[in-house]
Amino acid sequence: MVEQKLRVTLITGRTIDQGVAKELGKGSQEYFDNVAVCFLDSSDIKRLGLKNGMNVQVTSPYGSIVVKAKKYPYGTLSGMVFMPCGLWANAICSDATDSIGMPTFRGFTVEVEPAPDKPVLTLDELLKQEFGK
Amino acid sequence: MAEIFKSVVCPICGCLCDDLEATVENNEIVKMKNGCAVCEAKMVHGYKSDERILEPYIRKDGKLVPVSMDEAICKAAQILTDAKYPLLFGWTSSVSETQHVGVELAEELGGALDNCCSVCHGPSVMAIQEIGIPTATLGQIRHRADLIVYWACDPWSSHPRHVERYTAFTDGRFEKSEFKEYVQKLKAKASQKKVDAAIRRTQVRYQPSQPPKAAIVEAPPQSLAKAGRKMIVFDVRKTMTAEVADYFVQVEPNTDYEIFGALRCLVNDQELDIDKVGGVPVEYLKEIVDAMVNADFGAIFFGLGLTQSVGRFRNIEIAIAMTRDLNRKTKFVIAPMRGHFNVTGANTVFAWQTGYPFALDFSQGYPQYNPGEFTANDLLRRGDNDATLVISADPGAHFPKSSIQNMMKHPLITINPDWNAISRLGDVVFPTQWCGIEQAGTAYRMDSIPVTLKKIVEAPKGILADEEIVRRILEKVRDIKAQKNEKDIQGQQQILERKM
Repeated sequence: MVEQKLRVTLITGRTIDQGVAKELGKGSQEYFDNVAVCFLDSSDIKRLGLKNGMNVQVTSPYGSIVVKAKKYPYGTLSGMVFMPCGLWANAICSDATDSIGMPTFRGFTVEVEPAPDKPVLTLDELLKQEFGK
Repeated sequence: MAEIFKSVVCPICGCLCDDLEATVENNEIVKMKNGCAVCEAKMVHGYKSDERILEPYIRKDGKLVPVSMDEAICKAAQILTDAKYPLLFGWTSSVSETQHVGVELAEELGGALDNCCSVCHGPSVMAIQEIGIPTATLGQIRHRADLIVYWACDPWSSHPRHVERYTAFTDGRFEKSEFKEYVQKLKAKASQKKVDAAIRRTQVRYQPSQPPKAAIVEAPPQSLAKAGRKMIVFDVRKTMTAEVADYFVQVEPNTDYEIFGALRCLVNDQELDIDKVGGVPVEYLKEIVDAMVNADFGAIFFGLGLTQSVGRFRNIEIAIAMTRDLNRKTKFVIAPMRGHFNVTGANTVFAWQTGYPFALDFSQGYPQYNPGEFTANDLLRRGDNDATLVISADPGAHFPKSSIQNMMKHPLITINPDWNAISRLGDVVFPTQWCGIEQAGTAYRMDSIPVTLKKIVEAPKGILADEEIVRRILEKVRDIKAQKNEKDIQGQQQILERKM
């Protein structure tokens, strides 16, 4: 049965493709393709009625962002989604540091839902929308 | 005419691989040998891409306008001098010579000084200050370690040559590479996949496909008891590093502290009256502890999965405590997987200059240290600083949105070689040379070993080293302050004369 929303734990981190793309340039197509994404378990992709590369909206208590859904390539990712470090993941992270300087980058609950009609913003569009520059 | 530079040091991650070979033609790197994919991307393509900043800019009427270097330096110095409490952040992709001048600038301004450590291994530094750290150089680990544990990190992605140069896949003096065994395992897996596919295809007409199974931690393999190098990976998700490991333990998110606690109990021969910890059966943890205790030389590397999840620096503290316990039974070391190529240098330089490694404040005229108060995100969250200088870092892409929104309320100066997210948001934007490509200098490897970066090509005309830019801003700040003092003295004299 196709579900409307998924409540999962967000994990952020490095991927080799993100590493290569950031060195090619933050404004490069490679960076956009490899960082504005959310990796889901194949079972979760089925549950949401998605296909690889379709847009999803990831919402946390701190913000909401539209990115491309991708199947997680290694093993199972049950109860979790994974987003590469970068502007898109940070749009939904919290600046709460537990008083030690480290913001909350991972390990909190997010909702993932299909967003076929909403666009994935490019780096410049996102900077304009979030910071007005 | 091609020129080949040997023993080039890679200026990207904390591994600082120093065995690269760069081929340079017409002042351009055209080929890199021995580097990883990220190194190739930066050293052959990225450093000379269209994303390069080629001249200084100042934002006028909302748009970035090219200006002369002198004008940009004057503007930056004026912004910093006018500010009551500027924040100077970044420093970790700069050479240590620049970091040294940065401390001087922060002291002169009476501002806050922080480096990227506060959003990566700051909690590790805090834990080390609490409890100390039994560690070793990567060279010792390479030659001696027979059990390698990667905890909450994925070196295959973030430090692509770490496994190949320093741990499981390198030939050390006393321990040999496990690469051949890995290739054999890979071939066996490929054959098994073919068999599985053949069986599946014959059965598919008769059986509906099964729903995917939830993650289940597999039992430890027999190879944990073998002689030679062994590799265990603990992580919340399976990664490429986990694929090449002898044993992968998939733990539940935010349960690392509990698992370390359980492992400490088992190392100290205590019994646990529960079945599972963090999703891992205690029986399996016992076998892992047996492998740890039986190792001749064990090494634990940990990543941001520990520092950024619940528990923060307490996760590291208990990991170090477990390593200390293990040292009562065998030899064990632990080390953080430092990210930017000179983040260790930033901690080292700040510490020998001021006594503290990050989260510094100079507002009282002397250095104060307090993570949670003087760390960049806390300052931004509270809105304490009224100007920001970002150098050789990209908080625009790696800070939470709300922190950057607060940063945007005040003037922002950036010093970066390329148009990364923060440069695009800057009010004064400086171009700079690429450290380790166009600028020589010192960087500290993740095990605190200083390595000299080489200059292999000339920078485009007019682009200065970041050390020179910071030094020139510092000189200008001193000039402005001296003029201001002179005016104040003159004003006071005039008042006195009028009174007389």
